[in-house]
Amino acid sequence: MAAAARRLSAASLPLRHHHLLLRPFASSASGQPPIAVETSVPFTGHKIEPPSRLVDTTPSELLSFFRDMSMMRRMEIAADSLYKSKLIRGFCHLYDGQEAVAIGLEAAITKKDAIITAYRDHCIFLARGGSLVESYAELMGRRSGCSKGKGGSMHFYKKDSGFFGGHGIVGAQVPLGCGLAFAQKYTKEGTVSFALYGDGAANQGQLFEALNISALWDLPVILVCENNHYGMGTAEWRAAKSPAYYKRGDYVPGLKVDGMDVQINLSSPNTVLS
Amino acid sequence: MLGVARRKLGFGLLSATRVLPAGSVLAKKFSTAAKEITVRDALNSALDEEMSADPKVFLMGEEVGEYQGAYKISKGLLEKYGPDRVLDTPITEAGFTGIGVGAAYYGLRPVVEFMTFNFSMQAIDHIINSAAKSNYMSAGQISVPIVFRGPNGAAAGVGAQHSQCYAAWYAHVPGLKVLSPYSSEDARGLLKAAIRDPDPVVFLENELLYGESFPVSAEVLDSSFCLPIGKAKIEREGKHVTITAFSKMVGYALQAAEVLSKEGISAEVINLRSIRPLDRATINASVRKTNRLVTVEEGFPQHGVGAEICMSVTEESFEYLDAPVERIAGADVPMPYAANLERMAVPQVDDIVRAAKRACYRSVPMAVAA
Repeated sequence: MAAAARRLSAASLPLRHHHLLLRPFASSASGQPPIAVETSVPFTGHKIEPPSRLVDTTPSELLSFFRDMSMMRRMEIAADSLYKSKLIRGFCHLYDGQEAVAIGLEAAITKKDAIITAYRDHCIFLARGGSLVESYAELMGRRSGCSKGKGGSMHFYKKDSGFFGGHGIVGAQVPLGCGLAFAQKYTKEGTVSFALYGDGAANQGQLFEALNISALWDLPVILVCENNHYGMGTAEWRAAKSPAYYKRGDYVPGLKVDGMDVQINLSSPNTVLS
Repeated sequence: MLGVARRKLGFGLLSATRVLPAGSVLAKKFSTAAKEITVRDALNSALDEEMSADPKVFLMGEEVGEYQGAYKISKGLLEKYGPDRVLDTPITEAGFTGIGVGAAYYGLRPVVEFMTFNFSMQAIDHIINSAAKSNYMSAGQISVPIVFRGPNGAAAGVGAQHSQCYAAWYAHVPGLKVLSPYSSEDARGLLKAAIRDPDPVVFLENELLYGESFPVSAEVLDSSFCLPIGKAKIEREGKHVTITAFSKMVGYALQAAEVLSKEGISAEVINLRSIRPLDRATINASVRKTNRLVTVEEGFPQHGVGAEICMSVTEESFEYLDAPVERIAGADVPMPYAANLERMAVPQVDDIVRAAKRACYRSVPMAVAA
């Protein structure tokens, strides 16, 4: 599985987002010396210089990644059992296998940056600080759920940590994410937005409409395509003429990233933000 | 024929107010203290004042900036507030509406203009699924203080794809508020209320009303002026039949009331102002007084606003009805182009008069007329 990140308007990057280069570094807290890890697969760039394959991290940071990812994996598998027992009704879209994207992304940004995604949202919610109790309660329609049982699997939100949902309509979250970035630019906060979408949603027209406006207006948004090679039940090769989603931005730079490798996900937002 | 309606203003001012019927020519002015402004100026001033009062309010849409607005509603705003707050968008409704809703999620207060509401259909998923439902789905975490505004309904000779009325469509959806002004006072007060409202509001204007002038009091011209959402206005009091209408049809209803009064039928004309929430209390109180109801709307009849009003009255005031509810709506066809056909496809004053007479059992049977 590969995730392609698309950054808008490379032109005026350097000054604005300089402070985000300073990733909250675990090493200064834990006192452990940083270790350099080489990513498994190199990056491929479209109208952008790919970042270095060497990523600095520490053992405790790596362990925390592993632990969070394992928790997410367990959570989704348990949700699957609940769904099959009909304790979760309606839809239940699982993120197991994609955990590295959520964790890697989270490690590179702050809670003031915004994330918006489609309906495969359980683990993004967790990564943004949501709890397991709130997640399961929501899935099972209980009042203590993160949306008080009124949303369900597809409508988890955590606004206080910059997580804007949880959207059921394929592709709709992309213009919404560009709107979040518009507001961040309008209020001069210096933060950015990440709009996550799948390879199925990559073919949506509204994505290109939002991309056009975002490039014209120079919005601080990164479109992250989580390519799991299936759009609902239809394989990628049957739905997309061009599977090079990272190039679909055309005039907008793009980066092809190995979504299975948390280090890559970690470093790529840093790169695009620099 | 110039209809003149005289009313005493409720808060003690004794001056003659004349409500101008849509499309009439102003032959003579009464000397009155009240100033007159066009609906266009009313909307422009409301936008200006709300943008001035709250820096989070911004306007986006096609031609709103450099072109000064497709119908000049946003004239002067780009110059005054700059390109960061008055944004010309490409012709991509789905994209820019989604961006507007996303900005509202974050806490800004966008005003999204559709050149006409026919084009809102390109963005309707964002209006309904992204804006209207989000507050509920997130159990109150996400609020969407956005206004979708623009001309609605038929213009003149623009054909089938540019003439539909969307009041019934949007009023169907829980989570949306739907407003439709008639006069300049309505336009100012309701647009200000819409912009200040914390929830998504669909604001249905009418292109043919933009150039109409209406008298406005000093209170209306004050920058703090605001009308409540969900309250209808009784434009003309009457005893024999209630006529409900919104937007341009209010003017036609008032003309019809004038015609009816010459034949001894006193019609009460209600300007709905708010389609959702509908002011059921005012409508029902009026029907309980007059015992007869005619609903008037420009849009297609099936599942229209009139159907909902009829049901509301059936549910709450059935015993008070002395006649079946009469529904006047546009013809159940896509809007034709030829002028004579277009005239037949939209309600006219005569249609309202005839319906009121039918409700009052005063209509002439077809056999007699023949």
